[in-house]
Amino acid sequence: MVHFPLLTTILLTPIWGILVLSIMPRDADKMIKMIAAVTMAIALGLTLYAYWAYDVSLGGLQYVEHVPWIEELGVAYSLGVDGISLPLLLLTMLVGFSTVFVSWNINKRSKEFFIQLLLLIVGAIGTFVSQDLFIFLLFYELGIVPTYIMMLVWGSAERVSREYAAMKLTIYLLLGSAFMLAGVIALYVNAFPAGMRTFSMQALAQAHILGNLSEPVQIIVFFLLLLGFGSTLSMWPFYSWAPDGYAAAPTGVSMLHAGVLKKVGGYGLIRIGLLILPLGVKFWAPFIAAFAVVNVLYAAFVALAQKDLKYIIGYSSISHMGYILMGFAALNVISIDGAIANMFAHGIMSALFFAMIGLVYDKTKTRQVPELGGLAHQMPRVATGFMLAGMSSLGLPGLAGFIPEFTTFVGAFKVYPLYTFIAISGIVFTAVYILRMLANVLFGPRREEFDTCRDASGAELVSLILLGTVLVVFGFFPQILIGMINSSVEPIMATLMGGAF
Amino acid sequence: MNIALLTSEIAVVILALLIIIFDLLLPRQETRRSLGAFAVCGLLGILVYTFSQYGISATVYHGFFVVDTFALFFKQLFIVATILTLLFSLDYVEKMTRNAGEFYALLLLGLVGMMVMASATDLLTLFIGLELMTIVFYVLVGFDLKSVKSSEAGIKYAILGSASSAVFLYGVSWIYGFTGNIMLSQIAEHITASPAVLFGMGLMIAGFCFKLSIVPFHMWAPDVYEGAPIPVTAMLAMASKAAGFAIMLRVFFVAFSNLQMYWLPIISVLAGLSMVVGIVGAIWQKNTKRMLAYSSIAQAGYILSGFLAANPAGIKGMLVYAALYMFANVGAFAVTIAVYNQCGSDEIEDLSGLSQKSPLLALVMTVSLMSMAGLPPMAGFVGKMYIFMAIADNGYLWLAILGLVMSMISVYYYILVVRAMYGKTVKDQQIFTMSGSLRIVALLSLIATLFIGIYPAPLATLANAAAMALW
Repeated sequence: MVHFPLLTTILLTPIWGILVLSIMPRDADKMIKMIAAVTMAIALGLTLYAYWAYDVSLGGLQYVEHVPWIEELGVAYSLGVDGISLPLLLLTMLVGFSTVFVSWNINKRSKEFFIQLLLLIVGAIGTFVSQDLFIFLLFYELGIVPTYIMMLVWGSAERVSREYAAMKLTIYLLLGSAFMLAGVIALYVNAFPAGMRTFSMQALAQAHILGNLSEPVQIIVFFLLLLGFGSTLSMWPFYSWAPDGYAAAPTGVSMLHAGVLKKVGGYGLIRIGLLILPLGVKFWAPFIAAFAVVNVLYAAFVALAQKDLKYIIGYSSISHMGYILMGFAALNVISIDGAIANMFAHGIMSALFFAMIGLVYDKTKTRQVPELGGLAHQMPRVATGFMLAGMSSLGLPGLAGFIPEFTTFVGAFKVYPLYTFIAISGIVFTAVYILRMLANVLFGPRREEFDTCRDASGAELVSLILLGTVLVVFGFFPQILIGMINSSVEPIMATLMGGAF
Repeated sequence: MNIALLTSEIAVVILALLIIIFDLLLPRQETRRSLGAFAVCGLLGILVYTFSQYGISATVYHGFFVVDTFALFFKQLFIVATILTLLFSLDYVEKMTRNAGEFYALLLLGLVGMMVMASATDLLTLFIGLELMTIVFYVLVGFDLKSVKSSEAGIKYAILGSASSAVFLYGVSWIYGFTGNIMLSQIAEHITASPAVLFGMGLMIAGFCFKLSIVPFHMWAPDVYEGAPIPVTAMLAMASKAAGFAIMLRVFFVAFSNLQMYWLPIISVLAGLSMVVGIVGAIWQKNTKRMLAYSSIAQAGYILSGFLAANPAGIKGMLVYAALYMFANVGAFAVTIAVYNQCGSDEIEDLSGLSQKSPLLALVMTVSLMSMAGLPPMAGFVGKMYIFMAIADNGYLWLAILGLVMSMISVYYYILVVRAMYGKTVKDQQIFTMSGSLRIVALLSLIATLFIGIYPAPLATLANAAAMALW
């Protein structure tokens, strides 16, 4: 099994699923869903195996595959995962698998829906497993057009129209990526002289050590990357696509975007920013930390004022991105461990949130907090899911959200004591809006009008059980996650400490 | 004198003449579809023959006509474009006119003009090729006699086109007057940066830019593209534009390469302007062809920016882009024609609900448009990367950033088409029919666009060999 191309198999499984789906007749509704589920189950299984078999004591890139692709440009089909990307790959699979079941009730044009859902997942997988910048870019924007179509056709609009939200998301993300592409081009051209150029992330990381990338170049390139990855990560002030987008998207797409695709931005900042452009990162880190504080507080305040469940969670997810950015900007092992772990924990948590909101909306036909109440009476299972996600969101010990946030703060406090202090105070506001939301939606007197609503059952339970279990397991055994991340971050930071920092 | 080098051009002319003769001999009521099929078969044969010319680099007629890898690359591009256009327009032409034979014959003669342009190494041959192509297009644009729009477009194109040819010729005369030569390689030896030469060069740039619909010489494009019969619009967008780039590349990198410091800044401004004006113009369009016309202005800007690298890498990018732009256009126009055949008009509105009526065509349209916008993993992304990496290397990062930003903005109007196809409901419940040849072309463009996007190495190798031929 040494040469078994595990990552290629993981990448090709959903693509194979897409091909199978595309030859299915359009009205084979259940068959289509089962094929999508099987596809994702295989991919999830393979990823779990990869996670389990990853040698933490060895660290570094594993399951490496390398095939020359476009030799004149120095592009290679080069795959590999390390402790940074493997948790995010697992996150993709967990959320991806759940989205199939969350979308089980979609009956309108289900064939197109599931093909595009799998395309979104392929895009996320590709970005996390590729070790070549060019291949990374091929996957980076794969999800944009499917997202647009899915929001348009299967989305739900309350405050803004679907067209508006979908177009806003598309244009924001694409404009960001235009700057990111320009950054990549500038990086590619400057890193090595003509003839030796390469897109290999490892080789590009060497360019700094060799002294090919001067500080001004790194500062400009990283700024361009920050515009791109920052808007993907919904960094303030490039966030406004996110709440509208999540609110208008169908549940599965909200889950994937808030849970997974957003993290591609954070991953890009670390993988391409930190590893390849350490001097640029060092220059911009204080600004990022300041933005992070704004992210945390501003989004939390806005969330306080929201009435629509999806908007609350949308702004909450922007607020949480602030913690991730804060961990990134502090630039030490502990804080970056925390940031990556937080990406994972937040991904699971927000996916669970959106799944539960989707269930509530399906059954009660409303997402407005004032119109809801006492749902724990009629839907205890949904209430459990909500509680798990909410408690994880406000960082209750014992759930996956606690350790990453705590680690982030421990790491960041040494570097930015003031910013960290303000950011920690953001937890209070988080607690306020989360607890208030949970109380108003789930608890209180029993309401007659919801008596007809059935609790989650069957396929609807899959995401609840899967994501809820992950939250608890990773809450009690954070070492599974942190150990893996640390095994890769520590050697990387050790090299950088010697040189740049 | 090795007249055999002209075999492919001669063969196309003979094919065109045969079609005219067959058209006369066929009984009046018999369908002229067969003539289109005949032209396709003939061109396929010629395409196969051109592969045997690889590796040759020889001239004929005292060096006025060259067959090298560069010329060959473009000739094959033109032939493939013509074949695909013929294949997807069989139904359309049959419906449009009773003189289908003439239409096909003229299209082939236009092709000969382009092929001559690709091989021309002196200003005179180049002009003859150019005029052969444009005069044929004057006729073709106005070919749909039942449509007022088409006739109007024909007249417009003829008047503006002749004016631009005159400007071009005037520029040529200045260059000839001050260098005493019309051979490009000889001009390069005798050229000096005198005001007169620069004036002549400026006039030639204006002439080229008209043919390429580069801003500010683009005004004709939207009206002509909208009015012309769809196959002619397709040929204008992909083949005639590529032919214009072929001669422009040869003239600037062979004859004017010593004057780079003068023409590089001009070209950078023209390219930037084209991107901005093309994309801003396209946002407001309601008609598919008119939208594609504005988009083609922007695309011409992208390709033109490849000049700024001033090295084979940039030219390679331009050639790759010209090829993938052809495939994207084939896809988009094939879908436009299929929808036109169905409902008799070509507004974006008419595409409503296409994803329900014909998922294949909706997918082809989406992939083609996204390729034009340059979204990965479609071919357009690779093309843009080739061009922009080359020009960033030469210090034009600002233009690369502008190009990338504009191409992402262009997604806005492309995605409005996607919205119509996927988001809107079907207007009528008619069953959607299309001919087999159209389906094949659509599928081919889809496969080619995705293949080039994911694995561009083979095309890039071809383009690289072609680009090296200029050095």
